[in-house]
Amino acid sequence: MVKLLLENAQKEGIRFLKTYRENGGYQSLEKALKMAPDNITEEVKVSGLRGRGGAGFPTGLKWSFLAKPENTPRYLVCNADESEPGTFKDRFLMEFIPHLLIEGMIISSYALGSNRSYIYIRGEYAWIVDILRQAIEEAKQNGYLGKNILGSGFDCEIFVHPGAGAYICGEETALLESLEGKRGNPRIKPPFPAVKGLWNCPTVVNNVETIAAVVPIIKMSGAEYAKIGVGRSTGTKLISACGNINKPGVYEIDMTISVEDFIYSDEFCGGIANGKKLKACIPGGSSVPILPANLLLKTAKGETRYMNYESLSDGGFATGSMMGSGGFIVLDEDQCVVKHTYTLAHFYRHESCGQCSPCREGTGWMERILKNIETGKGKMSDIDLLWDIQSKIEGNTICPLGDAAAWPVAAAIRHFRDEFEWHVLNPEESQKRNYGLANYASPLALVS
Amino acid sequence: MSEDLFKVTIDNITIDVPPGTTILQAARKIGGDVTPPAMCYYSKLKDSGGKCRTCLVEVSKGSEKDPRPMPKLVASCRTTVMDGMEVKNITSPKAMEARKGVVEFLLINHPLDCPICDQAGECDLQDLSYGHGNEGSRFEFQKRVFEKHDLGPYIQLHMTRCILCYRCVFVADQLTEKRQHGILDRGERAEIATYISKSLEHDFIGNVIDVCPVGALTDKTFRFKNRVWFTKPVDAHRDCDKCAGLVRLWLRGDEVFRVTVRRDEWGEVINTPEGKPAWICNECRFEKKKESDWIIEGPTHINRHSVIAQGHYEGLKMPNEFLPEVIGKKPRLFLNIHDVSEVNRPGIDLSLIEGPATSDDFENPKND
Repeated sequence: MVKLLLENAQKEGIRFLKTYRENGGYQSLEKALKMAPDNITEEVKVSGLRGRGGAGFPTGLKWSFLAKPENTPRYLVCNADESEPGTFKDRFLMEFIPHLLIEGMIISSYALGSNRSYIYIRGEYAWIVDILRQAIEEAKQNGYLGKNILGSGFDCEIFVHPGAGAYICGEETALLESLEGKRGNPRIKPPFPAVKGLWNCPTVVNNVETIAAVVPIIKMSGAEYAKIGVGRSTGTKLISACGNINKPGVYEIDMTISVEDFIYSDEFCGGIANGKKLKACIPGGSSVPILPANLLLKTAKGETRYMNYESLSDGGFATGSMMGSGGFIVLDEDQCVVKHTYTLAHFYRHESCGQCSPCREGTGWMERILKNIETGKGKMSDIDLLWDIQSKIEGNTICPLGDAAAWPVAAAIRHFRDEFEWHVLNPEESQKRNYGLANYASPLALVS
Repeated sequence: MSEDLFKVTIDNITIDVPPGTTILQAARKIGGDVTPPAMCYYSKLKDSGGKCRTCLVEVSKGSEKDPRPMPKLVASCRTTVMDGMEVKNITSPKAMEARKGVVEFLLINHPLDCPICDQAGECDLQDLSYGHGNEGSRFEFQKRVFEKHDLGPYIQLHMTRCILCYRCVFVADQLTEKRQHGILDRGERAEIATYISKSLEHDFIGNVIDVCPVGALTDKTFRFKNRVWFTKPVDAHRDCDKCAGLVRLWLRGDEVFRVTVRRDEWGEVINTPEGKPAWICNECRFEKKKESDWIIEGPTHINRHSVIAQGHYEGLKMPNEFLPEVIGKKPRLFLNIHDVSEVNRPGIDLSLIEGPATSDDFENPKND
């Protein structure tokens, strides 16, 4: 399995510049500074790199959309506000190899013409803020940051800005508002950040992993990078696996591996813990639709499902899900989908910014109904009501948080409706044990 | 047609508007039912809009150059038109369904205390729920409740009724020198507040009451004094050194119950002759409560669909100019009781009968 980002992650002292450089660090930067900025963008475009934050938008395309008016500064902002439940890949990357991010930041800043770049990191990662600041200090002392980097005439400063603990600040425009010192409310788009972003200047906001991936792209050239992976899912992707598996952790995959292999092979998750069976899985972080085992391992057409953007979303939301941010949450046969959905609904109710009405009111409403069903006070009509509420939130909000709150509920009802009904019909028993026992366990015939 | 104008079609009605116009503004130019309702958008306040989602419309054709439809419903108040854009508002079932959902969302935490609310009768949310809401609510939980707060000596904030349109925040931001209040907390617990119960003191802060689409911000000099539909609105002005002094007085008899800004047909403050919004100062609003303080210009035109118009038959006249030509005779329907009766005896002049006419007067005519 190819490893581009985490190759040296376990090396002793890789956190420090000396060891990082001994292992080939900052060579890409030296190479990049000899290239023209537009050629770097072109290289990223050729590589087919897609945003690793969740939406999967092609990075090179995003960079080329950046408006470049005269006499206006441009900014690169790194979105390290990784708050999605189940996703912790960026934390691993920043904690163990901070210089990879710093190097990627400098290269990207050079390509975009940003002289002041920001890393907006979630406040809960307080110790990582120190790690990154230390790495920036080291880079500065060695001439990789500051004025006239390596004699190229390019100046760049990187600032680390810790957030204050709001999930919504991971949405790019809310992040920019927060970075400007305002309340972290998402902005109404258009205008997009590429035209009017930070302090009304053109801005590119990229995920930590996306920026880090620029380093191997420059090192091995975009065309080589594009050869890894399959189809439009090029390169490697970090997956943070958690839940009922034997080996939770951050894994780097090259997107050609099947979901079944990923869960059961000893190299990765190592199978379901305690010899249980697989019931369901959220393949891309809490906001993407949950999939039952039968649809997770095989698509609706009966083909093997692979860990890449296209295959995971095969079948749309009816029978598929999304790659998302790579937060792979596995549920075994003992887990209750109703309780699980309630937990997520609680999270989204708590994290809604309260700006637009469908999300502000709808998330709280869904949580209350789910709480009723979960605690045995639900009615059959509540399930249809939930479905109706989520359909009225989805797509009608300012930012994707409304969608993120609606999708898990929709998918849970779509695939596990009988479990909701069982909770309503057996209110007392549902308080003692969970439904679902092996009902969705693999391997199960596909329900048509 | 000038080349500078964009052609936009809203519900099959085409109109030419200058570039930079939003869909909502274009629809307001057309007027009538095709205008989406707006709870948070206020054209006189910069950056307002986009939050309440009641003005969602479907864009079925992006523009002449790029005819693809937009994938999601868009907030018409913040989306600018493109040349050749085709918009569906009341002709789009998707948009109407979404709007119904938004009304339901807005109402789940809104107390239905209209009978004791000072805003009743001129409330945007009442109009919206009447136009687009369901007859009942499916929300079976406790509503969110807040304590009432006094924002200074004249304004009371009743957060329970607030729909978080942010209009008052924009007023405080844009009309006053420094920001005095904003939003605390987030999600459904978000509330309008001053930072630790400070009072709002600024000459123009009273305007937050007028921009509030619901009864969350009320005038303490008017609270519970009268229902708006019992008071008679008249336009008046006075010489004020702080503001333009163009106001609307709400009278009952000779007593001035309330002073507000003058509103246009969209419920927004009118412009002064100089073209600036005619916001009024606190002195005009709260302290000039005598009729002698004002020069009254005349009765305000109130839309006859408004409950405030009940009892004020402004502009009503008998259409006797054309009906006789159509039906060939004077219509009986509009018979004036003081005219000569044609029904019973043409010869009987009712105006000569003392008191109410009875059947005796017709059967035993005294003056036949």
